[in-house]
Amino acid sequence: MGPAKNDHNAGRKQGPMPANGSNGTGNAGQFDTFPKLLIENARVRGSRPAMREKGLGIWQSWTWSDMKDEILALACGLKELGLKEGDKLAIVGDNRPRLYWSMVAAQTIGAIPVPVYQDAVAEEMQFVLEHAEARFAIVEDQEQVDKLLEVKDRCPVLEQIIYDDPRGMRHYEQSFVSDFAKIQETGRAYIETNPSFVEETVAKGKGSDIAIMLYTSGTTGRPKGVMLSFDNLIITARSTCELDNLTDHDEILAYLPMAWVGDNVFSIGQAYVAGFCVNIPESGATVLNDIKEIGPTYFFAPPRIFENLLTTVMIRMEDASAFKRKLFNMFMEHAKRVGVNILENRSVGIFDRLLYTLGDWAVFGPLRNVLGFSKVRLGYTAGEAIGPEIFEFYRSIGVNLKQLYGQTEASVFVTMQPDGQIKPDTVGPPAPGVEIKIADNGEVLYRSPGVFVAYYKNDEATKETKTDDGWVHTGDAGFFDDAGHLKIIDRAKDVGKLTSGGMFAPKYIENKLKFFPQIKEAVAFGHERDFVTAFINIDLEAVGNWAERNHLAYSGYADLAGQEKVYAMIQECVEQVNADLSADPHLSDSQIKRYLILHKELDPDDGELTRTRKVRRNFVAERYAELIEALYGNVSEHHVETEVTFEDGKKGVIAADLKIRDAKIYPKQELKKAG
Amino acid sequence: MAQERKIGDVILRVDDISLSFGGVKALSNISFDVKEHEVRAIIGPNGAGKSSMLNVINGFYHPQEGTITYLGNTRRQMKPHEAARQGIARTFQNIALFKGMSTLDNIMTGRNTMMKKGLFWQALNLGPARKEEMEHRQAVERIIEFLEIEHIRKTPVGRLPYGLQKRVELGRALAAEPSLLLLDEPMAGMNIEEKEDMCRFVLDVNDEFGTTIVLIEHDMGVVMDISDRVVVLDYGCKLADGTPDEVRSNKEVIDAYLGVSHD
Repeated sequence: MGPAKNDHNAGRKQGPMPANGSNGTGNAGQFDTFPKLLIENARVRGSRPAMREKGLGIWQSWTWSDMKDEILALACGLKELGLKEGDKLAIVGDNRPRLYWSMVAAQTIGAIPVPVYQDAVAEEMQFVLEHAEARFAIVEDQEQVDKLLEVKDRCPVLEQIIYDDPRGMRHYEQSFVSDFAKIQETGRAYIETNPSFVEETVAKGKGSDIAIMLYTSGTTGRPKGVMLSFDNLIITARSTCELDNLTDHDEILAYLPMAWVGDNVFSIGQAYVAGFCVNIPESGATVLNDIKEIGPTYFFAPPRIFENLLTTVMIRMEDASAFKRKLFNMFMEHAKRVGVNILENRSVGIFDRLLYTLGDWAVFGPLRNVLGFSKVRLGYTAGEAIGPEIFEFYRSIGVNLKQLYGQTEASVFVTMQPDGQIKPDTVGPPAPGVEIKIADNGEVLYRSPGVFVAYYKNDEATKETKTDDGWVHTGDAGFFDDAGHLKIIDRAKDVGKLTSGGMFAPKYIENKLKFFPQIKEAVAFGHERDFVTAFINIDLEAVGNWAERNHLAYSGYADLAGQEKVYAMIQECVEQVNADLSADPHLSDSQIKRYLILHKELDPDDGELTRTRKVRRNFVAERYAELIEALYGNVSEHHVETEVTFEDGKKGVIAADLKIRDAKIYPKQELKKAG
Repeated sequence: MAQERKIGDVILRVDDISLSFGGVKALSNISFDVKEHEVRAIIGPNGAGKSSMLNVINGFYHPQEGTITYLGNTRRQMKPHEAARQGIARTFQNIALFKGMSTLDNIMTGRNTMMKKGLFWQALNLGPARKEEMEHRQAVERIIEFLEIEHIRKTPVGRLPYGLQKRVELGRALAAEPSLLLLDEPMAGMNIEEKEDMCRFVLDVNDEFGTTIVLIEHDMGVVMDISDRVVVLDYGCKLADGTPDEVRSNKEVIDAYLGVSHD
């Protein structure tokens, strides 16, 4: 499979290609580890930027050869400090160049990097460090050092802590806490005296070695350490780079957690294979600014971020002058009609095309610029279902947003939408080299070169998930549509049955609710019950703005959530969802009969959401058992007190009287032939 | 952390300061000193004369009696700009920022006393003036990073929430690279989280740059946590002076704060 549509990319170079040509499934070729790719990139495109970070307000960049020097110096420094082949190196912090270097530095000397979610509390971190038997940790700053020091007694294997940012670290006198720069210094000295070491150690690495261990945040149980080999990551990265024609002229923004598989595949895997530049924002709060300055060409974000961006735009448009609003609405209306067709190069009338060009000049272009998407030629979203309207919005203004479906265990890619085959409600056909089958119970199984090696120290879970011949259970229920695109409806184990026998797919219902901008989170119940009920979280930003506009005073989330007018608005949303559900013969039984608006936002600090902000259904059901009972009883109000954890770890109690409402149920529609 | 800092010699001493406005005695015979690298708090109930005291140190008010010795120079009065030149910077109880200017520009104004090139050069924006501007910008960026306000670098200050405005004001004071920093109620009107942030920044400034800090504060909890020594004022007189623990157990202080019945 050659680079398919390379004509318009004259001058761009594909990344280091395997000597034997690539077929997307075979071995990873000559450059089968990241250290080898690093050295090759430094040779081929040594003066091109590999990484950028904003320092003191100015974008600083490292070329591939700078980055090679930094990484090798660190690798040798770590070796001098005692890190050995097969050891684990924990990496904790926000996206920082030095932390990315740490990953490849560890790999250079045969150690295995284990990135950990940086916002994990000390106990969560302790579990991962202990389970992974991490001997070394490289962390971002004082905050993370403090966290590790707190649990160090309980992690007997942990020997050395290295920090990136020296601020506030002057008074730490522990001999096992050291400065990143110092380690690199000793590494540089080591290279002086042992010039052949690097070459030897890099040559020792091979594709089947474990490249990285990633702990899945998991919606249930303890996190599991997914071991991915270089082959997994590099073969997957290579075939997807080819499919989407990624080259060393692409730019991405690395702002998603480093412990998440996606960031590893995009910011290390594909970046090393294609040789493109990874840009790192100053902090989480500056992402929206930084993206504008960088103008990435390749951008990934979970649906939540696309939703938030859209909400912000809409809120700001409502504050704009009447003329601008009119212009915006007129052109958006037009874009809705023809924008997607234009993006996908389908035939569009000359007048419509002209009007769209005008709109592009007046509205869409500036809008893309404000969003930082001016140069995006490839955008992906995954992780949750994205609202069809949101998806179409971005595509209609000319952003080539696509969906993929992936898992940590698959090195991300299971399915992805190739250009020209985009549908809002499916996740596309299988990614290159991936085979998919649907089990009898509806569960999706796949087999691919990216399939993980095993869970670390957890053979039982490995056996449960991966069959002997390499098929992996996704745990998701789904089916293929007529065009061969996969459609995911819910977690297989979450799909339940109502007492009436009707199918109950909670996620499907919740997503329908969440597609309303006013609703941030929803949890549906109904398995082995007579009817479906739901908890709803309003979106404080969207509803708050609406409240302001309507002169509705409120003191905070709980107050706003309990307001009569807010209930009236949510009621409309719920009934709209019911109307939609009634149209689907399989799902019309799962219309929402009763619901309530929760008095607090579901929060990862309280364990209600995972760190990636997915609802932990069972935990929520247990925690709010009394509310569920109230939903299935016939009360119209229920008093509840909930313990909450604040950001600093302190606990408090929120009390509220929750109103419970009935929603209109629509009659089941006659079975129509699906078109 | 505090005990590892080396507290040096006295850098500022006020002796027998008395200040009155017409018939109102704002301060009478106040004496205390401030040592290098320490965090020194001035506390007291409303109208105790705390802000007046700060204004005296800073050259805003001129006391009728008493002397101020700063870095070995004894004087009775000084103009605010002289104080600024000598390395005394301050923040205000009511934020005094340029609302229409960005965070960056506001902090940049703090570098004013250090700009050597005149208006002419700056207007031309050529060679030397440009180079100077770049150096100052870098210093300002360092402060922005230090105070973690990168995300509001270009936001007009008037649009920021109160807590952040306070932080910007601290940034502007820091931009002057002061050896003595006067903070007038840096935590007033903040919520708990903002207060905690501010406390941490005050301590960090003290620790990282070795800046001596004199602060006025209402919130006793905050003061007791972060200061090395505390002066207590009440109705213009000094009630007590000592470490937070000493002051906390001082009977007169308790009376002044909790009120006492006069039989």
